[in-house]
Amino acid sequence: MGIITSILSVFVLALFAPVLYRIGRGATGWIAAMLPLGLAAYFSSLIPQVRSGEIMTESFRWIPSLGINLSFYLDGLSLLFALLISSIGALILIYAGRYLSGHPCLGRFYLYILMFMASMLGVVLADNLITLFVFWELTSLSSYFLIGFEHDRHESRAAALQALLVTGIGGLALLAGFILLGQAGDCLELSNLLNSGDAIRNHQLYVPILLLVLAGAFTKSAQVPFHFWLPSAMEAPTPVSAYLHSATMVKAGIYLLARLSPVLGGTDLWLYSLTTAGATTMVVGAYMAIQQSDLKLILAYSTVSVLGILTMLLGLGTELAIKAAMVFLVGHVLYKAALFLVAGAVDHETGMRDVNRLGGLWRVMPITAIAAGLAALSMSGFPPFFGFIGKELFYEAGLTAQSAAHLLTGVSMLTGMLLFAAAGMAGILPFIGRKNTLPKKPDEPTASLWLGPVLLAGSGLACGVAPGLVDTSLIAPAVSAIIGHPVPVKLALWHGLNPVLAIGAITVAGGLGLFAVRSKLIKVLSQLSNVVVLSPTHLYKQSLDGLMAIASLQTRIIQSGYQRYYLLIIFTVTTALVLYALISLGGLHGPVNLSNIQFYEAGLAALILMGALLSILTNSRLTAVAALGVVGYSVALIYIIHGAPDLANTQILIETLTVILFVLVVYHLPNFSKLSSVTVRIRDALISLFAGGTMTALVLKATNVQFHPTISSYFAENSVPLAHGRNIVNVILVDFRALDTLGEITVLAVAGIGVYALLKLKLKPKGV
Amino acid sequence: MDSIILRTAARYLMPIFLLFSVIILLRGHNAPGGGFIGGLLAAGAFVFYAIAHGVAEASRKLLIAPYTLIAIGLLVAFGSSIRSFFNDQPFMSSEWSVLNMPWLGKLPIGTPLVFDAGVYLVVIGVTTTIVFSLAEE
Repeated sequence: MGIITSILSVFVLALFAPVLYRIGRGATGWIAAMLPLGLAAYFSSLIPQVRSGEIMTESFRWIPSLGINLSFYLDGLSLLFALLISSIGALILIYAGRYLSGHPCLGRFYLYILMFMASMLGVVLADNLITLFVFWELTSLSSYFLIGFEHDRHESRAAALQALLVTGIGGLALLAGFILLGQAGDCLELSNLLNSGDAIRNHQLYVPILLLVLAGAFTKSAQVPFHFWLPSAMEAPTPVSAYLHSATMVKAGIYLLARLSPVLGGTDLWLYSLTTAGATTMVVGAYMAIQQSDLKLILAYSTVSVLGILTMLLGLGTELAIKAAMVFLVGHVLYKAALFLVAGAVDHETGMRDVNRLGGLWRVMPITAIAAGLAALSMSGFPPFFGFIGKELFYEAGLTAQSAAHLLTGVSMLTGMLLFAAAGMAGILPFIGRKNTLPKKPDEPTASLWLGPVLLAGSGLACGVAPGLVDTSLIAPAVSAIIGHPVPVKLALWHGLNPVLAIGAITVAGGLGLFAVRSKLIKVLSQLSNVVVLSPTHLYKQSLDGLMAIASLQTRIIQSGYQRYYLLIIFTVTTALVLYALISLGGLHGPVNLSNIQFYEAGLAALILMGALLSILTNSRLTAVAALGVVGYSVALIYIIHGAPDLANTQILIETLTVILFVLVVYHLPNFSKLSSVTVRIRDALISLFAGGTMTALVLKATNVQFHPTISSYFAENSVPLAHGRNIVNVILVDFRALDTLGEITVLAVAGIGVYALLKLKLKPKGV
Repeated sequence: MDSIILRTAARYLMPIFLLFSVIILLRGHNAPGGGFIGGLLAAGAFVFYAIAHGVAEASRKLLIAPYTLIAIGLLVAFGSSIRSFFNDQPFMSSEWSVLNMPWLGKLPIGTPLVFDAGVYLVVIGVTTTIVFSLAEE
């Protein structure tokens, strides 16, 4: 029960967050943070069990007939992510409470971010693929709200939509991939699928499954060419960026790749697609990062780069690479969250984020400066920080890779240098040098704003000095979960003099060089990037514009706004399709049995015909309505003759109400006149004859043909024993098919409210 | 339409109509009838009353605003499924229990009846919403 309770509790807190904010005001962040803190403690308490190889599962029935269960699964990998999500989440809540204090929508913010936290926990703890997918889409949805939080700004809304579209389309691909995966593995539970990797890799659906899943993971984790939404998402308030980039949203794709690597990994296709995408992303991200001058953008692009590194490592799939991936991931979470929070604090205190104009802040913000410095050193891979250990392992994994090791190592070194320079720009530059004139006079922020960065950056240092804190307890179970058998992980700062250390030293030297010449470099690079026109952002914009153009075009054609055209289209298309089916299936051949028609039936038919004719020939509306009433009542009589009293009842009541409605409306109608020309009337007559004739032929044929065994006997037999009712019509409506009825009355209700709104809406004339 | 005969007739006929509609609703599970027809009949009663006495009077007789009635009806219909949810049954599984009524004998009561009552209310709500809105124009 523990796992589902932990997820649900966050959802519940999210629901009540706006109310909580009304009571708690400025303290809300601290109060709300207690829950994720408690969850972090709960997850930590599970470490010993998980470490001993135990796997916890929980399952609740949801749609058992489709194999969909609300089931959860906790092993080393899930535990690592759950811990990161809850503990960083707590810090973010405390921080956001101060950062956004006084914001009119702060209550709503807590709702969104807690919802996001809960969805993220759901993603990493889900066992059933469909459950996972639901939480996956919930993260997209809640991040849409978070990115567009400043919804009165156009850029925010556009960025939110962009993120939603990109990750949403990826999500749809993922759903398809999951369904195929479920077919190939004959099960939707991850706990089962993880053991049937070989069967799935040899399945004929393997290639489509992999491609679809990768589409989902790559869009979520911002791999090239889907990386462009992530920097745009910087429109979100900084605490959101910190959370999205360090522990959550973008890591969901990484989590998925790691989670599924025992199932889908190990093939050439996996190796090449992941290493190619990952390597490209890591270079492009780092290259873009150093060209930015906005603090948040530098950090955003460096996140893109790190996501590439993680993808590449998961693609390599060796024990060393997986180890490196997990260590790098934890290191990245610690320093990236810290740096984002620092960027937010700087922005909060100075009113700007331009690294070229910020400077000398360490004098006024010493605590923040220390946190920033520690985090930046970890990011640039200096010993004795945790980032250093991650980087060493990363190089080592590249060096020992089977294929293209030299190329990978070269690319990795280049990325390392670029990231080094980016770390200096984001974490060091604003705090050293001369003080500049700033929009606001900076001051050391309150504890809520520096607590997070200090704790996170401090942890980065602590884990680096004493890697024993995390290696066997957290990293090893996660690595074992990905690889599929227990793997010992022993981390150490010092590995002796070896090639990896040399590469690290070269990276530092190169990074320092890059950092020194960065302003000249940026100038050259910006001229270069002007040449590249076909960027993904551009493509995204083009396709969005194209979609809008098509949408408005087809709206103009199909939705003219004139009811007569709608009816025209509906009748011609429907009857043409029916007629086509009738003819092509040979339905028009064969005799129609007319021998058992009774004289009163013929009489009623004649009455119906006369009523219909009169209604179109008369010049008076009332006569037309009365004539239509004759048609309706005659049909009701036919129902009675054939033993359908319910239908007849309904028909008579509806006919009566229709006449009443018409009488109410008739006062408001303009004088009766013939508006349509002779040609139009002939056209309408032809269409109605065509439609009526086709439907008649269809009905005559349908009464004589039985394609499928009838279901009415089932209802007749089970009506009384199962549903305690002898009226089959009613039993079907309220019991066997009650869900349909629920849908129908909902539609009815919507229609009623629509009519009410239309009639009560007093439109102001234009130009008044 | 100002007619004393119509007014008087409406005053006496409406309760009968309503009573009849409830009977139709209740017996619907075993004999022709049910929530939809019953609802239409009841709505017809109010519409009839509105024609005779005006919409304002009819709305007063309805006690609840028509659109509120729609909401209540939907809630009742949906609420009938709650038992199945808590009993770990598939959505909207029916539940029955038999009441021993004095004079009337055994009366089976089940969630489908509650559901049907919801349909009944929605139909009354929608029909009166539409007719009253049109008539007020």
